[in-house]
Amino acid sequence: MSSYILVTILLCGLVTWLSRVVPFAVIKNMAIPHWLISFLSFVPVAIMTAIFVESLLTYHAGHWPGFNLPNIYASIPAILAGVLTKSLLAVVITGVVAMALMRLIGWA
Amino acid sequence: MDSSLTFKSGIKDVIPTVFGYIGVGLAMGIVANTSHLSVLAVLIMSLIVYAGSAQFIIISMLLAGSPVSAIVLSTFLINSRMILMSMSIAQYFKKDSLMQNIGLGFLLTDETFALSMNKLNLTHQRLKPTWLHAANVVAYLVWAAATVVGCLLGNLITDPNQFGLDFAVVGMFIGLLYLQIITDRSKPLTTQLLVVLFVAIAMYFLMRFFPGNIALLLATLLGCSFGMVVSPK
Repeated sequence: MSSYILVTILLCGLVTWLSRVVPFAVIKNMAIPHWLISFLSFVPVAIMTAIFVESLLTYHAGHWPGFNLPNIYASIPAILAGVLTKSLLAVVITGVVAMALMRLIGWA
Repeated sequence: MDSSLTFKSGIKDVIPTVFGYIGVGLAMGIVANTSHLSVLAVLIMSLIVYAGSAQFIIISMLLAGSPVSAIVLSTFLINSRMILMSMSIAQYFKKDSLMQNIGLGFLLTDETFALSMNKLNLTHQRLKPTWLHAANVVAYLVWAAATVVGCLLGNLITDPNQFGLDFAVVGMFIGLLYLQIITDRSKPLTTQLLVVLFVAIAMYFLMRFFPGNIALLLATLLGCSFGMVVSPK
């Protein structure tokens, strides 16, 4: 492994580590203002929606995003499984099986 | 998932998310293999950087011979959403020691964060370090193993996607988001749905101008501000 690769990995690890750990240390040692608690209380639903929607879109520099149709199609049975079972595992397995079937018959 | 916060229940609760790590980890290992990265480099990267989307970017930039500074900056931008997640979850561990907090932060991921947010709805808004350590460590080991196996299998399997495993991580976020919406009683359902709708539309417009990872961060910040404005006082 070249030093170029090793140094890159170490520095990337450092910035990621700081992003993860510094907020814990800061929050531990300060009184959190009310507005910040209110703001942060929306992080879960906002970030999960953003991660999900990102996987349904495709980025094309300088153009409107396209749609990732295989992911959109596979999401439909996955969401149904969620509504019916309220089980995380069922959602994941249904989605993966739907995607594998689509690939098998050539839809995706 | 129930209200238990033991080490054992941490391991049990993280199981459904493991499929996501395996799917993405195998894919990452295979990409690393085709980009001529050694198994050792993949292992070290998974253990030290430990971030799915960032590792894909790092590999592609290494292959292109990009300057170290550019790779590090990209990694920081992609992972800066960790700052928001860490801040949000840290408030539940204020009473625990600094070392515990650092340990929890060290291995926090999108998935274990989302899982914790689901868990809070079942535990009267409490979390324990033991439970999160268990979930984090399982995720960490599975991720490292999956990327290494992917790299080793790289020559045999050319298309891991044919098994649909690439969808595991999307499916997991569908499940976690849905469970979050239906179980979080701290906010009215309509407020939550408004935030979901707002963030989804924001993502579409933002991705006209920014790559997905940056759009994701901006949409989250906008979504949280929007949520504060529309939530009943």
